[in-house]
Amino acid sequence: MNPFSSGTRLRDMIRAIRACKTAAEERAVVRKECAAIRAAISENDQDYRHRNLAKLMFIHMLGYPTHFGQMECLKLIASAGFPEKRIGYLGLMLLLDERQEVLMLVTNSLKQDLNHSNQYIVGLALCALGNICSAEMARDLAPEVERLLHGRDPNIKKKAALCSIRIIRKVPDLAENFMGPAASLLKEKHHGVLIAGVQLCTDLCKANTDALEYLRKNCTEGLVRILKDVSNSPYAPEYDIAGITDPFLHIRVLRLMRMLGQEDADSSEYMNDILAQVATKTESNKNVGNAILYECVETIMGIEATSGLRVLAINILGRFLSNRDNNIRYVALNMLMKAITVDAQAVQRHRTTILECVKDSDASIRKRALELVFLLVNDGNVKPLAKELIDYLEVSDQEFKGDLTAKICSIVEKFSQEKLWYIDQMFKVLSLAGNYVKDDVWHALIVVISNAPDLQGYSVRSLYRALQTSYEQESLVRVAVWCIGEYGEMLVNNVGVLEVEEPMTVTESDAVDAVEVALKRHSSDMTTRAMSLIALLKLSSRFTPTSERIKEIVTQHKGSVALELQQRSIEFNSIIQRHQNIKSSLVERMPVLDEAAYLGKRAGSSQPTLSAEKSSKPTTSAASLKLPNGVAKPPAAPLVDLLDLSSDDAPVLPSAPNDFLNDLLGIGLPNSSSSGAAPSTTTDLLMDLLSIGTSPAQNGPSDSNVVPSSAKAAESKPAPVTAPVMDLLDGLPSNASPPRDENLVYPTITAFESSTLKIAFSFEKQPEKPQVTLISATFTNLSSSTLTNFIFQAAVPKFVQLHLDPASSSTLPANGNGTITQSLRVTNTQHGQKPLAMRVRMAYKFNDEDKLEQGQISNFPPGL
Amino acid sequence: ILLQNRQGKTRLAKYYVPLEDSEKHKVEYEVHRLVVNRDPKFTNFVEFRTHKVIYRRYAGLFFSMCVDITDNELAYLECIHLFVEILDHFFSNVCELDLVFNFHKVYLILDEFILAGELQETSKRAITERMAELEKLE
Repeated sequence: MNPFSSGTRLRDMIRAIRACKTAAEERAVVRKECAAIRAAISENDQDYRHRNLAKLMFIHMLGYPTHFGQMECLKLIASAGFPEKRIGYLGLMLLLDERQEVLMLVTNSLKQDLNHSNQYIVGLALCALGNICSAEMARDLAPEVERLLHGRDPNIKKKAALCSIRIIRKVPDLAENFMGPAASLLKEKHHGVLIAGVQLCTDLCKANTDALEYLRKNCTEGLVRILKDVSNSPYAPEYDIAGITDPFLHIRVLRLMRMLGQEDADSSEYMNDILAQVATKTESNKNVGNAILYECVETIMGIEATSGLRVLAINILGRFLSNRDNNIRYVALNMLMKAITVDAQAVQRHRTTILECVKDSDASIRKRALELVFLLVNDGNVKPLAKELIDYLEVSDQEFKGDLTAKICSIVEKFSQEKLWYIDQMFKVLSLAGNYVKDDVWHALIVVISNAPDLQGYSVRSLYRALQTSYEQESLVRVAVWCIGEYGEMLVNNVGVLEVEEPMTVTESDAVDAVEVALKRHSSDMTTRAMSLIALLKLSSRFTPTSERIKEIVTQHKGSVALELQQRSIEFNSIIQRHQNIKSSLVERMPVLDEAAYLGKRAGSSQPTLSAEKSSKPTTSAASLKLPNGVAKPPAAPLVDLLDLSSDDAPVLPSAPNDFLNDLLGIGLPNSSSSGAAPSTTTDLLMDLLSIGTSPAQNGPSDSNVVPSSAKAAESKPAPVTAPVMDLLDGLPSNASPPRDENLVYPTITAFESSTLKIAFSFEKQPEKPQVTLISATFTNLSSSTLTNFIFQAAVPKFVQLHLDPASSSTLPANGNGTITQSLRVTNTQHGQKPLAMRVRMAYKFNDEDKLEQGQISNFPPGL
Repeated sequence: ILLQNRQGKTRLAKYYVPLEDSEKHKVEYEVHRLVVNRDPKFTNFVEFRTHKVIYRRYAGLFFSMCVDITDNELAYLECIHLFVEILDHFFSNVCELDLVFNFHKVYLILDEFILAGELQETSKRAITERMAELEKLE
């Protein structure tokens, strides 16, 4: 009985499904069918089981779940008739795979069928086993399969041989059982058995070196004979494909020969003749012929062939390469890549053709060719090759540019003999495909430029020129902006002009224009903009006439929504406005970047920044990295370290920059205490730093050891309560809001008073957090001259935690004409048991003299 | 081995390595996307994950085989052609609908042609004769 002729319902179902116009309709039909099949399963319907399973397979192919049919497969397999078994095995192979538990149940049926007297049923079982065999099944059924290998029927033999492949792949230990039978298979005449046998031998060689040895000894001769027979055989219609007898057998035999001849001179020697024969006699005007040639070449390359044979092989590849069929060219490129290790010189001869392939329209060919070119490059040919590739970069596909750029960059880096050439090539790549250049590549370029003093002028001019046309290439813009910032004056003054250069006149404002464009371009990303800001800062000291304009540009970004940019512009603005005297030393050119260290770092170690990061502003790399005090040139982040305070070695420079450093620290450090560092340490650190710069000048009016018995009179002036939020560095104390009396639970105290300075503390507490007190400190200048570089520091006992917010300003106008405010957050962990206490220290410049005042505050209102 | 039509409907899918169903669908989808847009002048080989897809288009049907990166591409291309010839012979002038309605037979032919991911029989005549014998049994 044929399961499909009796009921047309499988056809009906397929028709119904095909007639569906929408996915929803299709789902409905499938659901209905599935329901019917489930019902049939639960009724244990014998007659239609096979038909239902066939339907399920179709449904499965459409992508619907069919788990419920798995048991039906097993039942069908267990039934006696061939048609039922057949559909059952088919279902088994489609609906299940080796990982399912259900499969365990089928082992027994398989075993029975493998021993069946009907050869067709044995065939079915072998087929199923070959397709879904698991490791357990392999162990259980290996003896049966092995026995079948010795049988007489070629159909069974070839199936058993392929089954054995699967078994060996699953359980390599079983390989030795199959060595003998596999070798005897090679003596067969039937092509199906032969090909299966050859494949089995190939897999045996992969699985087990003993098997490789055994087969090498026993089969090499036989293989050569087989190959001789098939390649010399007259026309055999049964196996003929395009005029060649059984190319598949050819190919399999050649492959096995490759495995046997690898690193074995004797067997290679034995194969030489026949390989030469195949290589010369096979016709190459058809795909099949080429397939054989291709395999033959691969074998020649793989074994210990004579040099004459190798030349022959490379020549075949050369012919392939000039073939018009893309498939052939593709395999030729593939093969040349392997051949290059064997005979690089011979491959070099085909260089021009390969280079043409890089420009092919087919992505597969391009990719192969590019990889091959990459392998072909050496010191001798790098210049023409790089030129070709860069020229092609201009016209290549968008999606290919990434690969191409990466390869060009690594070629240029690897083989550059002179810096000028390297820089030139990189500039070309940057201006053509800057958006595809990886960060580490342009970082390396900057390192090289910084190490080549005689080429810096040339670089900055070339970049400036390139910038005019290629603003859309992000990494070009970055490198250019960096170089203009660093070497701007070389651009304007034409320093170090090389002979090859065209003369060019760039004014200072042109240079600033270029950076400004980069800063304001819509598509520039954050890094580019930040780099532009720094470049501007650097230029402002070098191009004095433009400094007003730069100030304006910087100021515009004070309101930027990007925190990074806002912070930078505010900081830079403050440097420009109020620190003219130190600015030039601040924005000095960066020291030569450490090439070796950078390369070492690039080589893979992603070590944490080893520079002494005393400040810990995690978000702003620029602000944090400029603090390392020059002991370590920070190699880990040389390129972000743009502000470069590294040169401000404390001993070398006048004390002013030190104060500025402190100033910066004053901003930076309070944050560090919030990140968990003990507040006392923080303060100590501050003290230490301070003592470097200010120790000699302590003849101020303050007596540092005297605890001021300060007046307890409450401050009459209303103290500003609100902490300044925005003005981190800018002295704008006037925006303090009026006091909110209803919140003032505690009286305002005068914490400190000397002949020049008065400090008032006002307090605020949130009722739900009694331990935390917010203190607003208001500083007033009582003297007749302005105090600059004002810094306030505080230290508290161990049981108290202190958090200092940045001060509103560092300049305190004379005669009480203005105040500085600074807020402190104090957490008293022993609230209610111990009273609050604090030591304070104020450093400032008074009539251009450094002053230091200290004091202890013990008059905190009770209950803090 | 995958057989897909131009719309990406799978007509036959045979896996010789175990894969989850969802993974299979993903593979089918990705292979289709990879193959369908290629220019006929291009190579019949595309790299796919860690393997290579060898494909060939017959009218609206794509025959794709995913093979190891080291395998002989040209041979597999020929292999696909042989399979199509066998189908053609068996169904006498095969078309997509034949494959849809007789999908189980296509599977059976495939099982006679390739087993455990390796070629089993390279003679067209041997396979068609074998199929005829099997048909007689039913």
